[in-house]
Amino acid sequence: MSERVAVRKTYKLFIGGKFPRSESGRSYLVQDSNVSLASRKDARDAVVAARAAVKGWAGATAYNRGQILYRIAEMLEGRREQFVALGVPADEVDAAIDRWVWYAGWSDKLPQVYGGANPVAGPYFNLSAPEPTGVVAVVAPEAPALLGLVSVIAPAIVTGNTVVVATSPSQPLPAVTLAEVLATSDLPGGVVNLLTGRITETQPTLAGHMDVNAIDLTGVTDAELAVDLEVKAAQNLKRVLRPAPADHDWFTDPGITRMTTLLETKTVWHPKGV
Amino acid sequence: MFEYAPAPESRSVVDLKPSYGLFINGEFVDPTDGGSFKSINPASEEVLAEVAEAGAQDVDRAVRAAREAYEKVWGPMPGRDRAKYLFRIARIIQERSRELAVLESLDNGKPIKESRDVDVPLVAGYFFYYAGWADKLGHAGFGPDPKPLGVAAQVIPWNFPLLMLAWKIAPALAAGNTVVLKPAETTPLTALLFAEICQQADLPAGVVNILTGAGDTGRALVEHAGVDKVAFTGSTEVGRAIARSVAGSRKKLTLELGGKAANIVFDDAPIDQAVEGIVNGIFFNQGHVCCAGSRLLVQENVADRVLESLKRRMAQLRVGDPLDKNTDIGAINSAAQLERIRELSDAGSAEGAERWSPPCELPERGFWFAPTIFTGVTQAHRIAREEIFGPVLSVLTFRTPAEAVEKANNTPYGLSAGIWTDKGSRILWMADRLRAGVVWANTFNKFDPTSPFGGYKESGYGREGGRHGLEGYLNV
Amino acid sequence: MTATATSARSDLSELGRSETALRTFLHGLPGVDQVGAEQRAAQLGTRSIKTTAKAQAIDLAIRMVDLTTLEGADTPGKVRALAAKALRPDPADPSCPHVGAVCVYPAMVPHVAEVLRGSKVHLASVATAFPSGQAPLEVKLADTRAAVEAGADEIDMVINRGAFLAGRYQEVYEEIVATKAASGDAHLKVILETGELATYDNVRRASWLAMLAGGDFIKTSTGKVPVAATLPVTLVMLEAVRDFRAATGRQVGVKPAGGIKTTKDAIKYLVMVNETVGPDWLDPDWFRFGASSLLNDLLMQRTKLTTGTYSGPDYFTLD
Repeated sequence: MSERVAVRKTYKLFIGGKFPRSESGRSYLVQDSNVSLASRKDARDAVVAARAAVKGWAGATAYNRGQILYRIAEMLEGRREQFVALGVPADEVDAAIDRWVWYAGWSDKLPQVYGGANPVAGPYFNLSAPEPTGVVAVVAPEAPALLGLVSVIAPAIVTGNTVVVATSPSQPLPAVTLAEVLATSDLPGGVVNLLTGRITETQPTLAGHMDVNAIDLTGVTDAELAVDLEVKAAQNLKRVLRPAPADHDWFTDPGITRMTTLLETKTVWHPKGV
Repeated sequence: MFEYAPAPESRSVVDLKPSYGLFINGEFVDPTDGGSFKSINPASEEVLAEVAEAGAQDVDRAVRAAREAYEKVWGPMPGRDRAKYLFRIARIIQERSRELAVLESLDNGKPIKESRDVDVPLVAGYFFYYAGWADKLGHAGFGPDPKPLGVAAQVIPWNFPLLMLAWKIAPALAAGNTVVLKPAETTPLTALLFAEICQQADLPAGVVNILTGAGDTGRALVEHAGVDKVAFTGSTEVGRAIARSVAGSRKKLTLELGGKAANIVFDDAPIDQAVEGIVNGIFFNQGHVCCAGSRLLVQENVADRVLESLKRRMAQLRVGDPLDKNTDIGAINSAAQLERIRELSDAGSAEGAERWSPPCELPERGFWFAPTIFTGVTQAHRIAREEIFGPVLSVLTFRTPAEAVEKANNTPYGLSAGIWTDKGSRILWMADRLRAGVVWANTFNKFDPTSPFGGYKESGYGREGGRHGLEGYLNV
Repeated sequence: MTATATSARSDLSELGRSETALRTFLHGLPGVDQVGAEQRAAQLGTRSIKTTAKAQAIDLAIRMVDLTTLEGADTPGKVRALAAKALRPDPADPSCPHVGAVCVYPAMVPHVAEVLRGSKVHLASVATAFPSGQAPLEVKLADTRAAVEAGADEIDMVINRGAFLAGRYQEVYEEIVATKAASGDAHLKVILETGELATYDNVRRASWLAMLAGGDFIKTSTGKVPVAATLPVTLVMLEAVRDFRAATGRQVGVKPAGGIKTTKDAIKYLVMVNETVGPDWLDPDWFRFGASSLLNDLLMQRTKLTTGTYSGPDYFTLD
């Protein structure tokens, strides 16, 4: 009896909760697979999807977002072996799952830690609370492909932002597999959009896009490109997270700056009277 | 039958020198490669003083002085001692408050009652507030031992010269940074008086450096490689340029830029207070306020009533001598700004909006603009989209809360917004949806040292004031 | 008044016929934000009134004073002296104007009337079981008629605060209507006792209720409860008379009473009148101060302006 012929997987983009091929019809060969090569048009489509998702996601209760993020961690745990099979070291998979759980818990705590009442010198109620900035374009680190990816997506979305993420160009498979997790975890379509391919192709479009509120350049290693993207981002005053240092240790406690940089603080005043 | 006689505040409390140098390393010095310019009283066009214009070498000198002070004195100094210097400064500001207020009104054109009752008390308040943080940074929520950034380059606008100085310098110093600050070219004088106050407080040399000058000086300062932090308040256009110029550098950036705030009045609003809020929202400080409520969105079913009250109230506004204690609206800060206000107002008329101002006599000399409202404005009009930065209000109407939110948010800016309604749940519903950093409900244009201020979208990023205001000056 | 206001003029005379209509109307008035109203009042209080404007204001304020004594210890001798002072506040200066009115209890009216006869100083009497108003309606009306018969040409009545706070607006309304009828030709000032109404929303509603019922003046206080006239309360009442005239065409006067002791205070009120309702109300027919010690301070400040020397209390009569 002949050995069973395996069904091979096609690795596609993840936009608006769906798995389209690049509209350009292109792919590139990486990790022994043909992976979609996202175009500028794909990037723009992803922004449209991300923008459409903002209202529902930012408007969801913090508890609900926390539940969904925790659900994602559960699904990741279930696919642990699949990531290992893709070549992600087991300890990295574990760290990525733990990181996701850590961020899940922040959804209903960050507004308390980062906001609060201000004792103004007058008869006013005055409260500051953080809100998501909106659509964030993210360049995930080249490596570690899974932990790095999780470490940039989770802090952006836990507070209610939606993201368009350029995945690690050399190791896109964990990202596409993560997309499959996201697609089956009650996460509304468009909250996370993943673009595989070349950063140099999609990022200038995203950095210059006037409907993107922030860019996270964490994974940009080319200093000149980083400057170019930051300059483009200035056109509509995008919030900017600059590239991570090359020696950044992704296993350490991430702190809250990644979350807070992608937040707006809104302060509401109201008189106190009878 | 009851005309108020003039009630001028005395100028004699201010001792103006004919010329001022740059304040570098604790001393007033002549510029090395700069020049000089004149600062005038916009209410009379009289020259107040000649002021040094810092050149690139002067900028370098100042940044070096700040660096040295940071490394040798201010950085290593315990927080409790930094606090004491800031407390001293706050006290001296209170003690010399009338002098500061009069000078601010002379140089800026704002009414004395505003500089006296709003600006200067807040200035002292910000220094008091941040003084107390200097030895408590480990409790500010940025980790147990947050570090300062180093040298902060700060560029401030002309609309609240002293208050913006306080917003910049107080948190920077409390966090342990040293600063080089450039006041606006039309309003340098109170910053120079503040330099004297630093001397009086025996603040170590180089901790605060004040460089007077115009755009070139500011550019040289923010682009200087020795700077770790840039803080800018001003136009969105310049903010963009600064954001580009710091790209790829280590410089941390906070920007507080323009606005086109909607002040939204519902049919169940406390109308008399709403009218006060509208007036305060757009005519406070001649409308030279980035968070001014320059778009009045009024529910259509009360629009006539609100406008009638508003016009009646506007007729009570007293425009004139900034030093008169009864003046409500002072002088426009500069000829250039007056020109911009005129140009946009003319565009409003040309685009078909209906213009109205109360009868009001304007002085012959100086820069003046009568309080003005435009009715029949639509979202497409330039005066509904562009920041006028003057006493000009665009009035639009809406029918439902959702429409009000949509129109309010329909702008690249997102600095502030106002809501007027007696219904509590509607306030919170609206506040959730307005994309603005400050939402004033049943009040407007309120500021406090403990309250974070700053914008969404193209109104900038970072917050000034409160615990949040420390973040921009800490390495977190 | 603007054309819009005139064209919007409405007939509100039917409102008093139904409790529901009154309630719907009064609760449909725009709310008052306490903090905003107080800030506006404080702002107006920072106006600096100097020299000629101050002299003008002082004389106007003197003409607006309802020189008041409302004590259990009042005697004919006491009120006669007060009335004499009302006619000639500053015996040393004949250019000093007389006050607006003398305000006393009904029993004292005949004694004051004797002194004021033939003058232009009005004679006001409190009535309707002042200050609490807690008496049967018939007693209140008899009180009123007695005062008018004794010579009062102004009646300062108190509203039934208990009924107002309990939401029985029609009862309050009808009492005012009845008192107005009992007052005959005398002007009716309706005391809201704002210190007991507790909120500015209530002050606004009570103001409208009093005006709808036919009051000629609305007055803040009896002077017999801890909180008397304040600038913000007066501001809210001024806004009410302004809006009432815009709605109906009828002008109603305002009288803050109690706690106004200094010239500085009085000028703050005048500035508020000037900038809230305008010059139409800057007249003793439309604005009064219920006060006693205020007059001497006004006289002292007046002397300072005319002579350039600060005076002292010994130089003015204590009555």
